[in-house]
Amino acid sequence: MKSIALDTAPGTGYANPIHEVECIIRSNDTVNGEYRLLVLNAPLELLDCEPGQFFHLLCPVSGTFKPYLRRPMSIYGYYPDRGELHFLYKVTGEGTSAIATLTTGDTLNVLGPLGRGFDILPNWQNLLLVARGVGLATLAPLALKSRRLNRKLTAICSARSRKLLLSLDYFNDLGVRVIAVTDEDGTSSVESMRSIIEGLIAEDPIDAMYTCGSNRILKLLQSVAATHRIPGQIALEQQMACGIGMCQCCVRAFHRDGGIVNERVCKEGPVFHLQEAVGC
Amino acid sequence: MLDISTQIGTLKLKNPIMPASGTFSEDLADVFDLDVIGAHVTKTVTREKRSGNPTPRVCEVRGSMLNSIGIPSKGVEAFKKDVIPFYSRYNAPLIVSISAGSADEFASLCEEISVPGVAAVEVNISCPNIKDDGKAFAMRPSTTHAVMRKLRDSTDLPLWAKLTPNTGETTEVAKAAEEAGADALVVSNTLLAMAIDIKTRRPKLGNLMGGLSGPAFKPIALRMAYQCAKSVDIPVIGCGGISTIEDVIEYLIAGAAAVQIGTATFIEPKIMARMVVDLAVYLETQGLSSVRQLVGCVDDKGASDGLVFMEAAP
Repeated sequence: MKSIALDTAPGTGYANPIHEVECIIRSNDTVNGEYRLLVLNAPLELLDCEPGQFFHLLCPVSGTFKPYLRRPMSIYGYYPDRGELHFLYKVTGEGTSAIATLTTGDTLNVLGPLGRGFDILPNWQNLLLVARGVGLATLAPLALKSRRLNRKLTAICSARSRKLLLSLDYFNDLGVRVIAVTDEDGTSSVESMRSIIEGLIAEDPIDAMYTCGSNRILKLLQSVAATHRIPGQIALEQQMACGIGMCQCCVRAFHRDGGIVNERVCKEGPVFHLQEAVGC
Repeated sequence: MLDISTQIGTLKLKNPIMPASGTFSEDLADVFDLDVIGAHVTKTVTREKRSGNPTPRVCEVRGSMLNSIGIPSKGVEAFKKDVIPFYSRYNAPLIVSISAGSADEFASLCEEISVPGVAAVEVNISCPNIKDDGKAFAMRPSTTHAVMRKLRDSTDLPLWAKLTPNTGETTEVAKAAEEAGADALVVSNTLLAMAIDIKTRRPKLGNLMGGLSGPAFKPIALRMAYQCAKSVDIPVIGCGGISTIEDVIEYLIAGAAAVQIGTATFIEPKIMARMVVDLAVYLETQGLSSVRQLVGCVDDKGASDGLVFMEAAP
């Protein structure tokens, strides 16, 4: 795999860097009302990954659920020391419903790691991530990496209600400064988040911003980042078939060189430049 | 000595397993050694750059999928500069799939792509003939014949005509392609299909309709491959819904001299490599010594032409 982040050690140079592995499930439990945490036993070659990358999961077929294509899922955590690969997901359709049926000792066929992850460039010292709902699952491994690289990270975590806020403990344990905003507290509006971010910038200039998913947050960050000339990155989603760049199903439009270009979310992404992303 | 090679006209393939156009690219080299398969078939290239259809371009249906990719293409110049040289590192022959909106454009693109490094040209005549009435060339014998004749004059490379299941004239189209100079038939492209989200009442594909591929489509493509093999003397390459080694064997028995694997690669990226091994194992366990012994050995009890070439369910 191409080493994406400039400050990461070069990869170990696997001849075929994409691996298909039957992983044994260590646990697959409910985290709060809406989310589940899937923990797999994973060999080291799968764990040579970057925050923002994803795996393509072959969901189990049962009498009730019969998903056909693989399902892309972003990495929530990767722990080479423990041989674990984590996914945080919300049951929304046939694929995630099928994954939710898996229990300890079952196997799951995974393909990966895939795609291009987030960069943390050497001069990006003070980082901000902003995410809503399950989008935090994609951004969480950035916290792990920023801590390893000794960077300062602030996370603005948004959700409908306080009980649906994800990963707060995870972030706190990693020494991340967490700012929780919710619809029920009336703190999650674009204007409220804008003033929070402006406040952070006034306090200590931000070097890079990260987000994923929400269109509203994308537009907010594009606006703030443009005003202050701050680079940023966003992880995007699209329906996929192959997951490795062959089929051209998962393209999205991006602003580039004064025009619009299509890029494959699975291959050129899922992480893209914030200002190139086109809101939908 | 086990011989798993197969002959497609003048081209000898070391085994009969190859990818279907559009489900294969250089990217698969990150998963396994691409030299283990019989040939490499590129995604269809057009002369000009094309961006393809709106998203969503894919949706799944029970046990299969629909796609409406719309032939995004970087154009022939980029293809010659980047794609053809990439494959030169392999021994497996490179088959380039091409498409165009008129017979003349097809021919000039075919000429342009007939360069060293390309072993054969697969002509995707399942796309709309924009110059005439928008119907795919391969839906009718007359348009098939016209485009294949021009293509034949444009190149000395072997020409593989990729047929469409969206026709009621399968064997007539097959014969027209053969008569106009095709060296092989690829049977077939995807079947026009549709899916609607009942909650939003919107079509699930951005382009309204798309092509069905995957196991649900296999019996249809197998029927066509059988009919084509019965009606022409040139080799037939079976394509449609193959996802197990038994499917490969079934196509060979039906008369296909080779097969293309498409959608199954999305589910199991190394499936082609596995099938090469599984095919050899099958032949050995059956006491066969070559793929040729299987091709066209279907025991159809000498069915009458009326039965073999039927186009409507009895």
